[in-house]
Amino acid sequence: MAIDAATVRKVARLARIAEPEEKLESLAKELSGIMDWIEQLAEVDTDGVEPMTTSVAMTLPMRDDVVTDGGDAAKVLANAPKSAKGFFIVPKVVE
Amino acid sequence: MSDLTGLTLKAALDGLADKSFSSEEITKAHLNAIEAASALNAFVVNTPDKAVEMAQASDARRAKGEAGPLDGAPLGIKDLFCTEGVESTAGSMILRGFKPGYESTVTSNLWRDGAVMLGKLNMDEFAMGSSNETSAWGPVVNPWRARGGNADLTPGGSSGGSAAAVAAELCLGATATDTGGSIRQPAAFTGTVGIKPTYGRCSRWGIVAFASSLDQAGPMARTVEDTAILLRSMSGHDPKDSTSINAEVPDFASFCGRSVKGLRVGIPKEYRVEGMPSEIDALWEQGIAWLKEAGCEIVEVSLPHTKYALPAYYIVAPAEASSNLARYDGMRYGLRVEGANLTDTYEKTRAEGFGPEVKRRILIGTYVLSAGYYDAYYLKALKVRRRIADDFDQAWQTCDALLTPTAPSAAFSLGEKSDDPVAMYLNDIFTVTVNLAGLPGMSVPAGVDAQGLPLGLQLIGRNLDEGTLFSLGSAIEKAADFRAKPAKWW
Repeated sequence: MAIDAATVRKVARLARIAEPEEKLESLAKELSGIMDWIEQLAEVDTDGVEPMTTSVAMTLPMRDDVVTDGGDAAKVLANAPKSAKGFFIVPKVVE
Repeated sequence: MSDLTGLTLKAALDGLADKSFSSEEITKAHLNAIEAASALNAFVVNTPDKAVEMAQASDARRAKGEAGPLDGAPLGIKDLFCTEGVESTAGSMILRGFKPGYESTVTSNLWRDGAVMLGKLNMDEFAMGSSNETSAWGPVVNPWRARGGNADLTPGGSSGGSAAAVAAELCLGATATDTGGSIRQPAAFTGTVGIKPTYGRCSRWGIVAFASSLDQAGPMARTVEDTAILLRSMSGHDPKDSTSINAEVPDFASFCGRSVKGLRVGIPKEYRVEGMPSEIDALWEQGIAWLKEAGCEIVEVSLPHTKYALPAYYIVAPAEASSNLARYDGMRYGLRVEGANLTDTYEKTRAEGFGPEVKRRILIGTYVLSAGYYDAYYLKALKVRRRIADDFDQAWQTCDALLTPTAPSAAFSLGEKSDDPVAMYLNDIFTVTVNLAGLPGMSVPAGVDAQGLPLGLQLIGRNLDEGTLFSLGSAIEKAADFRAKPAKWW
């Protein structure tokens, strides 16, 4: 399974990482190398095997739907790259 | 008072208890050692004022007879743990300057029990790496050097700062985390002890997430007993982590030194891999002989899917990472690089903030989760993961624990493998199976190679059975009588 430059461009876009055009070829080669190595998983017979998403055999715990935290706007905003008057300042989202 | 830095955690706690020295004294001794060891690049943030303040508070508690189980013991904290008001970057440029407004559960537990924080320890970026070379703050240098050589070696990774700081006696013990081997491989490379407990033993709350179904915190220290003492404080149920296990936390230290007579120890034949140095094979045989002498019954077992663990891991972990790391968008915290519009800002921020290995893993994760590939890769890997866990269940029919080498080599030179991702990934070939299955695993220093570099043996246990690992680990520790120390060159 060879990953080409076009696929890298698409995946990088999906991942929201700017990759310069001139790096796409070398990245494609690198990722193909890793995926080729991963390809050996095809040898494993997994017919009828239940996918394993967690090693913890328990049902997700529930708690009462009550407020346990909050009211800390200043703490929440303390690390913001930009903020004003208790709000995050972000680039325009809706044109 | 420099000899205070050479004590085990246990000896230090005893010394504090009988007032042979104060926390302030032993803390300052470690702060001096850290200051003199900047060549190792083990610490990325030093918090000397906070350390002295915490030490003085500890001494005051002890004077009032209110000392906790770790009271006054100076520790290092891997930079993956959020520490309130203290910069926590996970080794990444994208989190430069990030000062959490909260404390991770594991570190809260340590402070509750009286421990003192010396500073934050260097690590591979977002814990992705096996050599510490992916850190945005430069690699950690292993305090160990090959006999007669002066080349800088890797301390392993991702908990390289923790390993180096413990080995160089810059702290009595350290927190670390392990997603595919990040506690055990660095422990092996630095002649220290490290345990990754059962998944869910330690709360993940406040630990910067890499691959949530695999990430688990654990301690590193210079003796098996010291890690047992630390793990007890770090563990415990936490409602803030929905995968935290609500099980009693035993007094792990009480398992150290217990007889291992009659325990059945499995030797998985699939761990004998091609190209493994003969010294590692010989050490493994030596470990088997030690446990036999201690009264263990040795049984050969088979874990047939072992060779598929790493490729499965390199789908599962990047897939989870690509999702977890989506939060770094430059909006609420961390780096922001302004672009022409919102998407451009996201893309530029992430391009500049993440290093090459993190980007590589995000791209692989995004690829294997993307439309058309999900079933072929991600779902397939989850099924292989089940096969690997089933292998262990099968093995537990005939044995109580497993003994294997920790890593396929001793510490290698910085730069030696950084151009070949797959060669780097193979470092975790013996450790990664345990993460996929959620089992506890421990690395114990057991000898040195021909160059005088430390080698470790790994013990793997049943779910929630860290106790057996502490018993077997201390049996190996006693038999190996590992006393080698790195010659101080820094």
